[in-house]
Amino acid sequence: MEGGFETGFLLGHMNYWLFVILMMTGFYIVVARGNLLKKIVGLNIFQAAVFMLYISVGKISGATAPIITGNPDEVYSNPLPHVLILTAIVVGIATTALGLALIVRINESYGTIEEDEIQQHDLEQYDKDCARAEEAR
Amino acid sequence: MTIFEAVHQHAPMLTVLVPMLSAPIIMLFGNRQAAFAIALTASTTSFLLSLQMLLLVAQGGVISYHIGGWAPPLGIEYRIDAANAFVLIIVSSISTVVLPYARRSIADEVAARHHTLFYACYMLCFTGLLGVTATGDAFNVFVFLEISSLSTYVLVALGAKQDRRALSAAYDYLILGTIGATFFVIGLGMLYMATGSLNMVHIAQVLAEGESNRTVRSAFTFIVVGMALKFAMYPLHRWLPGAYTYAPSAVSAFLAATATKVAIYVVLRFIFSVFGIAEEFERNTVQYIMMPLAVVAMFAGSLMATFSLNAKTLLAYSSISQIGYMLLGITLLNSTGLTAGMVHLFNHALTKGALFLAVGAIIYRTGSALVPHMAGLGRQMPWTSASIVIGGLSLIGAPATAGFVSKWVLMQAAFEAGMWPIAVFVVLSSVIAVVYVWRLVEVLYLQPAPEGRSVSEVPMTMLVPIWALALASIWFGIDADFTVQASRTAAEALLAGGFGGEDATIMGTRGRP
Amino acid sequence: MNDHHLILRVITRMLTGPILLFGLYVQFHGDYGPGGGFQAGVIFAVGFILYGIVFSLRDLRRLIPDWIIHKLVALGVLLYAGTGIVSMLLGANFLDYNPLAGTPIGGQHLGILLVEAGVGITVFAVMLAIYYAFAGRPPSLNDEDW
Repeated sequence: MEGGFETGFLLGHMNYWLFVILMMTGFYIVVARGNLLKKIVGLNIFQAAVFMLYISVGKISGATAPIITGNPDEVYSNPLPHVLILTAIVVGIATTALGLALIVRINESYGTIEEDEIQQHDLEQYDKDCARAEEAR
Repeated sequence: MTIFEAVHQHAPMLTVLVPMLSAPIIMLFGNRQAAFAIALTASTTSFLLSLQMLLLVAQGGVISYHIGGWAPPLGIEYRIDAANAFVLIIVSSISTVVLPYARRSIADEVAARHHTLFYACYMLCFTGLLGVTATGDAFNVFVFLEISSLSTYVLVALGAKQDRRALSAAYDYLILGTIGATFFVIGLGMLYMATGSLNMVHIAQVLAEGESNRTVRSAFTFIVVGMALKFAMYPLHRWLPGAYTYAPSAVSAFLAATATKVAIYVVLRFIFSVFGIAEEFERNTVQYIMMPLAVVAMFAGSLMATFSLNAKTLLAYSSISQIGYMLLGITLLNSTGLTAGMVHLFNHALTKGALFLAVGAIIYRTGSALVPHMAGLGRQMPWTSASIVIGGLSLIGAPATAGFVSKWVLMQAAFEAGMWPIAVFVVLSSVIAVVYVWRLVEVLYLQPAPEGRSVSEVPMTMLVPIWALALASIWFGIDADFTVQASRTAAEALLAGGFGGEDATIMGTRGRP
Repeated sequence: MNDHHLILRVITRMLTGPILLFGLYVQFHGDYGPGGGFQAGVIFAVGFILYGIVFSLRDLRRLIPDWIIHKLVALGVLLYAGTGIVSMLLGANFLDYNPLAGTPIGGQHLGILLVEAGVGITVFAVMLAIYYAFAGRPPSLNDEDW
């Protein structure tokens, strides 16, 4: 089909479209939200999108799970992306846990988990530093 | 087989494995004194092993180690050539020097119940950095990168006892670092789709045979942007000043000297060894996007440093500008430029390590990192102040310091590439460096100490590491043969591409195909 | 302390055993089918976490105190790396399982079993450590204050 709108192109790359949408959703949340907790949620969506990209790549049509069945004609899905993503998921869990732990600590010492309020506190602290420095002069 | 032979045979693995094992052992013992001893032993071992490997590959040549007895490209391989042996030396030597200092400094800055965990995290971070450098497997890079990054976030957050801003700095670093790492994984995924392999040598071979296509190009972009976030390339540097300012002093010194260097090494490895610079797209990205950003970084970083109130922030911004120099050398894409980048990797690690340690020593005594609070310390802490002067001179690039050597090679490279404006930029930005270094010197020596403050010099265990690095930055400024020669071998290894190709000396046993 | 619904408590008591059993199955069946240390560690930890949520965190903490958890985290990693060290001592490369037993196939079986056990222990302990770290904090809001 020349020049026209190709449904095959759209549907054939379905996993990539979904990946892009999901990834950008997550990325947008990380960038646009001021709440630290929501940022972590966005980060998780962002990472999940990547996991799905990898896993969808390992799929082979008509193939079964990669467990030896004894049938020499059996076609297996590619297990390697799954293994890689297993590692990446573990890394993701560690990141999430650490991020949440930091949020708990931030909440304890700042009393808020809104980014702009934290920045406000930090700026006040900076002004205090300036005043202290002025005293030293 | 004697024990020495066995250790020699497994050197590439043991370099990474010994620090990795030390972390759980520290946790098992759960004793502060034992933790320090174990960490120092592991770090020293790993330094000696990497020194041995550098001597093996210094004349060119590649070492390969097949993990699990499976030969690459199927199995994971550790692959050492001149370039990464050089980076291994940087990381392990800095870690070994910083640890004795950390013992005192941490006792002051971190709550006592966290000390054991501090050493465990430090060793994990160290392991991650070594692993990223040693491995020849692309996905392994990601795994080790995250090991080091995750422990880095914890280390930065440990500064919270001093200043709660450490927490928000660690959080920002976590978000940006994870985005960077995830970008890197996306790039790897695309590379895997395009080539069906994760072994760097094999990927390079497949890419060289086939035509370049959009998948490969976007993989390149994702990997470069992801790593640029990790090494704080100019517009992506937002996490760096906060993280370095509020982390405990020993951590700042260790990170400033190693973490960004390793990330730069990864970019080098991918640009030169995996993708190769033969393709138009890769060349253009490097020359027309990264080079201008490097120049901007040189100026912006220095300017921000000039106006910083906190001495650690000042050093952090100066790091951003120094990263600009390294990147500039690399983006010239010729052998001398790459040499300049590698030399500066090493020299800047020494210089910035010494400076952060020295400022940490001042914080240890006076409890403040603000520049105006350092008035008159030149008399009260003469040794520490003198080391700041040496470090500062090296940052500027004064003759007979390490910084001079790097800038000299960088200028040579710029003229070789026929880009004389670059050389002018280097000189101009050095002038700004003079300004911010002078600010420190002026406060230390020319202003009178406030009345009623009497501080003494820091103890020997802290002074020796500071001076080891300060003297090293003079030594490598006068006798530049070793660094320049090693960097040149490294640069040539990188420019040859393909990570040494098929021929490599296999250590340990040969893996099953 | 025990204010959860009766049905919840009965079901939890019924489920805890099978969850732990399933965790062990996934752990040791990892050789031949889907499974392995990561999944098993999480499933095994879930059994304990469920108990902690529905019954009492305090009892759970008495059963498995924090210090044991911390040692277990380290122990799992050591078991993993130790397997690799043993194969090095037997003259092969790091994590090459072949020399661990009489035959290469036996060695591979034994090696992966040990390595997965290490992974399982660490993941289990880390999951519990994360749960303790968050659930063990004094709540800033009381349940009744909502």
